Amino acid sequence: MIQHFADGILVGSILSLGAIGLTMAMHMLRFANFSHAELLSIGAYCALVFDGIFAGIHNGLAAAVGPLSLTWSLSLSIIVAMGVTGLSAVAIDRLVFRRVRAKGGELSMVFASFGVAMIVRNILGLIFGLQAQLYTNDIIFAVMISSDPLLLIKPDQVFSLVAALVIMVILHLVLSRTTFGYSLRAVAENPTLAQVSGISLNRMITLIWLIGGGLAAAAGIFYGLTNQINPVLGRDLVLPIFAATIVGGIGSIYGAVLGGFLVGIASNVALLILPSGYSPAVPFLIILAVLLVRPTGLFGEERT
Amino acid sequence: MIGVISYLVFFTTVAAILAIAVLGLNLQWGNTGLFNGGVVAFFGAGAYGTLILGGTPQDAHLGGYQLFYPLALLGGMMAAGLMAWVVGVLTLRLRHDYLAIATFGVAVAFENLLRNASGFAGGAQGLRGFQRPLLAWLGDGFTYNLLFLAFVLILLVLVYLFLQRLIRSPFGRLLRAIREDETAAKSLGKNPARIRLISFITGSVIMGLSGGLYGTFYAFISPQDVLPILTFQIWAMLIVGGAGNNRGAVAGAFLIWGAWTASGWALSRFAPLEMQLYTGSVQFVLIGFVIVGMLMWRPQGLFAERLVVSQTGRARQ
Repeated sequence: MIQHFADGILVGSILSLGAIGLTMAMHMLRFANFSHAELLSIGAYCALVFDGIFAGIHNGLAAAVGPLSLTWSLSLSIIVAMGVTGLSAVAIDRLVFRRVRAKGGELSMVFASFGVAMIVRNILGLIFGLQAQLYTNDIIFAVMISSDPLLLIKPDQVFSLVAALVIMVILHLVLSRTTFGYSLRAVAENPTLAQVSGISLNRMITLIWLIGGGLAAAAGIFYGLTNQINPVLGRDLVLPIFAATIVGGIGSIYGAVLGGFLVGIASNVALLILPSGYSPAVPFLIILAVLLVRPTGLFGEERT
Repeated sequence: MIGVISYLVFFTTVAAILAIAVLGLNLQWGNTGLFNGGVVAFFGAGAYGTLILGGTPQDAHLGGYQLFYPLALLGGMMAAGLMAWVVGVLTLRLRHDYLAIATFGVAVAFENLLRNASGFAGGAQGLRGFQRPLLAWLGDGFTYNLLFLAFVLILLVLVYLFLQRLIRSPFGRLLRAIREDETAAKSLGKNPARIRLISFITGSVIMGLSGGLYGTFYAFISPQDVLPILTFQIWAMLIVGGAGNNRGAVAGAFLIWGAWTASGWALSRFAPLEMQLYTGSVQFVLIGFVIVGMLMWRPQGLFAERLVVSQTGRARQ
């Protein structure tokens, strides 16, 4: 029980990071972006590439940080990958979504996002191969926190959780304390009024993709660090991330954070009752339950 | 020569079966503006429903009720409709992305359930023990396939005519009215949520019919047949053909299915041996580009939606 709970919190922090970007883009651009989870894959593979490059440049960087399997070069790569993934998100918007937006309705964007997801996922598969990869082949043993009830935690898991929380706190400070944060919330609240007040909508959209992509990259890397990296990572995480945004209420950033943790914990605890083969279906059950009980989610507002 | 003809019969049968599903999607997306992200779940419900109801008894799993074939097919369609009703009731009154996410989720959960619940429908090994109707009389040969093709084509024409009638009827006008301006339709005393639900269920039942025929044709269905890629293919058919145009939907089905099989054949023939594992990925990338490219450069598809004029307006004196 406690083990499932702990694993759930860790997975939850990853889902939260992914859901924040998704909920922002969904709120601003009014479409369900099914390609958002592919940004996690882009981030994870990007870090894999830069990890190799940095470790090649300087030998010392290949050393692991403390008890973690995480190396210095990989920690550097996290930052680079967040930037590159943010830029890829902007590029995808410029290349595809902006043009479709200009031509068709919101639902054409949903179709387009499926197409983009398909292209990104399979191109990653073509470049990096379909087999799963790891950042390191060193085996890091889990530390036994307590024996009864049994609780095993890997140092990497602790690192991922702490790093995810730090990123969320930074985002919170940016959103609540800076002019940029105010502008962002203003645009989300009322795009027309915000534009009248001199906020550039296009600039805000670009920034949303940058932030969303960056957070997604971090989530993808943490997922890769605690599980493994493979081209279908996005496909496996897209439904849990959507579930997190729906639980939190579409458009609510804090809701997305909470929703991520709730979905992560619920999916892991559900494994106590269900055979593990059913775990991909759990997020769907959560979505159904939320739609039945409180369709606007925890913090969502009614909007059509 | 006979080989070519029998391949053509095979190809046309599958394309016509898929065309029926595309027509169902066209009612939902083209005429009503409902996004169905889980076409494959409704298709699969039809296939599994038909095979469970019409199959011979099996020890390991549910099914084998040996129903009269048309009844089994109807049962499959009802299974698809029932699933659509559950999803529709929960999501259609909400913001439209919810339907997209929920239908996508249904497809994931459906495939997951069938793969794992081996007592229910054979699990990952699929559903066996289905006897194709009239097989004893016609024999398992070319004649059978030809007659089955005729049967599928008749159903395709019937579905096509039904939908043509439907979209020209007052109900069809109502669908488009809701798609274009929900508030205006509401102000005229219409109930958009209910109309959407009817359209969504009808479309899904048609997808169920398509699935039932697919299951009948192969006399076998497994979770491998209900993967998300089929949803993409059916969408690509509709988007390329032209959403809102039934003729376009059918043309798109044949075109995309032709392109898909041709590219599959070409890749397996000409791609180097070490690349064979990746031919699937190449095809997926191609279909992704087809969807995105069409949306960017010709969103109305090859056959654009025609304006349906119900009454020729003549000014009164």
